[in-house]
Amino acid sequence: MSILSNLINGISLGSVYAIIALGYTMVYGIAKMLNFAHGDVIMVGGYMAFCSMTYLHWGVFPAIVLAIAVCTLLGVVVEGLAYKPLRQAPSLAVLITAIGVSYLLENAALLIWGSDPKVFPSMVSVPTQNLFDGDLTITGASIVTVAACVVIMVGLMAFTSRTKMGKAMRAVSEDKGAAQLMGINVNATISMTFAIGSGLAAVAGVLLCSAYPTLMPTTGAMPGIKAFTAAVFGGIGSIPGAMIGGLLLGVIEIFGKAYISTQLSDAIVFAVLIVVLLVKPTGLLGHEIREKV
Amino acid sequence: MFSKLIPIPSGSMIPDRDIDKSPILECIGLGISFGGLHAVEDFNLTIGRTEIAGLIGPNGAGKTTVFNLLTKVYQPTRGTILLDGRDTQGMNTIQVNRAGIARTFQNIRLFNALSVEDNVKVAMNSQMHYSMWSGILRLPGYWKEEKIAHDRALELLSIFDMQDLASVRAGSLPYGAQRRLEIVRALATNPSLLLLDEPAAGMNPSETAELMENIRKIRDTFQIAVLLIEHDMNLVMNICEGIAVLNFGHIIAKGSPEDIQSNPAVIEAYLGKKKEA
Amino acid sequence: MKKRLSQAGKTTRSNFITYGLVIVAFTVLRLLQSGGALTSSLSGQLVPICAYIVMAISLNLTVGIMGELSLGHAGFMSVGAFTSVIAAVSLQGTISSGWLRLAVSMAVGGLFAGLASLIVVVPVLRLKGDYLAIVTLAFGEIIKNIVNCLYVGRDGSGLHLSMKDAASLGMDADGVKIMQGPMGAVGIPKLSSLTAGFILVLLTLVVVLNLINSRAGRAIMSLRDNRIAAESIGISPVRYKIMAFVTSAVLAGMAGGLYAMNFSSILAKKFDFNASILILVFVVLGGIGNIRGSIIAAAALTVLPELLRQFSDYRMLVYAIVLILVMLITNNPQVKTFFAGHRPGMKRQEKEEEAGNVL
Repeated sequence: MSILSNLINGISLGSVYAIIALGYTMVYGIAKMLNFAHGDVIMVGGYMAFCSMTYLHWGVFPAIVLAIAVCTLLGVVVEGLAYKPLRQAPSLAVLITAIGVSYLLENAALLIWGSDPKVFPSMVSVPTQNLFDGDLTITGASIVTVAACVVIMVGLMAFTSRTKMGKAMRAVSEDKGAAQLMGINVNATISMTFAIGSGLAAVAGVLLCSAYPTLMPTTGAMPGIKAFTAAVFGGIGSIPGAMIGGLLLGVIEIFGKAYISTQLSDAIVFAVLIVVLLVKPTGLLGHEIREKV
Repeated sequence: MFSKLIPIPSGSMIPDRDIDKSPILECIGLGISFGGLHAVEDFNLTIGRTEIAGLIGPNGAGKTTVFNLLTKVYQPTRGTILLDGRDTQGMNTIQVNRAGIARTFQNIRLFNALSVEDNVKVAMNSQMHYSMWSGILRLPGYWKEEKIAHDRALELLSIFDMQDLASVRAGSLPYGAQRRLEIVRALATNPSLLLLDEPAAGMNPSETAELMENIRKIRDTFQIAVLLIEHDMNLVMNICEGIAVLNFGHIIAKGSPEDIQSNPAVIEAYLGKKKEA
Repeated sequence: MKKRLSQAGKTTRSNFITYGLVIVAFTVLRLLQSGGALTSSLSGQLVPICAYIVMAISLNLTVGIMGELSLGHAGFMSVGAFTSVIAAVSLQGTISSGWLRLAVSMAVGGLFAGLASLIVVVPVLRLKGDYLAIVTLAFGEIIKNIVNCLYVGRDGSGLHLSMKDAASLGMDADGVKIMQGPMGAVGIPKLSSLTAGFILVLLTLVVVLNLINSRAGRAIMSLRDNRIAAESIGISPVRYKIMAFVTSAVLAGMAGGLYAMNFSSILAKKFDFNASILILVFVVLGGIGNIRGSIIAAAALTVLPELLRQFSDYRMLVYAIVLILVMLITNNPQVKTFFAGHRPGMKRQEKEEEAGNVL
């Protein structure tokens, strides 16, 4: 049963990575930038939920709503102040700015909440499932996480294919100039993308902290890097790719920890990534952009 | 201006060339398909050793695709390309250039951050031999070859009277000068066949007339063949000795300018079919 | 004729200024150092500054000259750091001169970093843009992870390696532990000095500046500017990208060696993703492709957090805000036109074109 157990853990962790990766891939698709501050938005979401539950004694759902609201607002504000002015600038400039934002968020959190790890309160009321006479244990957090991931993925796919805003997002990702000529409000569309991505990051933060209940200003950094890797792994710019990339990454990480080495699990994850990119240079679901000669 | 250019003495970087022998280029049944789309099919063309030839046709006919096939940007799915009798099957772009084909691009592809002179010098790279370490340690080989390259680059630039622009950043040149620089850069690779993709695009009549003169003089001085894609019929009819007309990936006519001008299939391709009364 | 000569000398003049800057700075600092006029914190920063300068220059070779984004440059520094420490400790009996030992160890560090880069460069050749960035990032993390699990020791019979723990090294009683897994490298001989750093910086400058101004440099830059055109004139991407990337890695490895032997112990954590980003910030702020800018930015930004010490807790916050503001200001179109207009003899249209011309 341990294989199944590990698989479920892997899918659960992978779901968190997938949700984070969605934010990276959507923003990359539409603004062609790697938002390195994304991982830290996760951390902010975690702290918002933590504070509202621990200090304000709010319930679980209001806390989640607060986290999402704050992160969404944060994402939109950061985009408007720091990224939008640099839309015409070389991509390296925006990258460095995103890094600056990342430092800003981490150090602001450090000043506000200190570096000591906070213990995240239990948010999940779904009981742990004991199957097969206790051979297989599935925590409530895992169930909620995977369920959330599925709901988000279905919702996002419906959103991008059915709604006007979703289609606008796809249009701007393909060709910003043409979309503008078709009357699409490009600025609003980009802001909306950041809003959705950041909102998802908040959800990911809450889920992450439910499974791994210590919270620090640097909590978002490593998952951020891994999720970014997952997004590229699955083909950057592709929503289903981010999903698959995230899930696979989570599974590989857990299996690596379980069957090869706990300490080297990170190295294994990244090594697998390199191998995949050797075989398929544009990621699993990415497509090659042919340059016209 | 051009008369300053001396025919290449032997013992320099460029080897001797044999004129009046076999054709420089032979395309036999050349074709490429992208999935189900046959972009170019059954392309047969022979170009003489010092011929100026033209490839014309409506937009989208596949002319640049032919260039891409010749330079192996695309690998042909059918047919053979013989360059100076040698089959270029399996060669990549770099090898084909070393074998003797150089080209310019429809959308200018200069090295914008480099100077005009460096754009030309980098094209001479395969004719220079000093090693990376010679360059770093500034050994005598570096100084010797760089001097030769510098002189040669200025000489080539003087074809278009651009030698005074040598240290200007290529990206800041006006459009016409950029087009001319691309031609000089291609020439610097010492080709036996020069492919020019719409060299007169964006030029006014007097610039075009000057270009015509320069293409002739390039051919005469370097004794090479030129194949050009053009839409400017004045240029094509005046300068090309042989013309092939492409439409929907097929050659619909081949011959001298006079043959082409009176060919009904060509007229139909450009102007459409005459409406039956 | 005269005009042409003076313009051809423009690059050479610029390079002379760069060398001059470095030599003057070193002379001043050396004098201050021997006169005891430097604060202890600044004194301790001297070797790291040299190391970071070399890191910035070598990264600029990858990012600015070769035109590829690398997010794992600190990984090469790491490989160089730890292999040169192993070499330095191993050679303790054989080479008595500290100088020679330092030089040999740094060379070993550079060599291993170069070898490591060959492993990374193969995927580099096929991938484009952001995918390459990811592979270099992944590589940096892999190195950090491996070093954290590595145990190395030396005794009479030679070097011992283990990935598990110190005991499994199987060394004699008089064996010396060099690397202790998560505790990093310990007992490092402090062989580095400002003078050594200065020499490394000069060496780096000679290699990089001369490479840029040679046919290899032109080839590398042509691949950066327009790969398809470069191939059409016979430039081989494989050959030149390997050349640039490996050179960059070797220099980073040597910088790692210099850096490591300034301390008695170092952790792999010092060379993580944050370190790679830090160096990238130096390169971007100093100007992509601008070697002198990299030197100034690396020195200034390494010293800056020390100067901001008075802000203590708010230090990094201020750093982050300043970074964002600088990026916003230097990339603002109006600001760019303003600065572009200061070039004498430029017509107004050319000025606007220049300002609009983003690399």
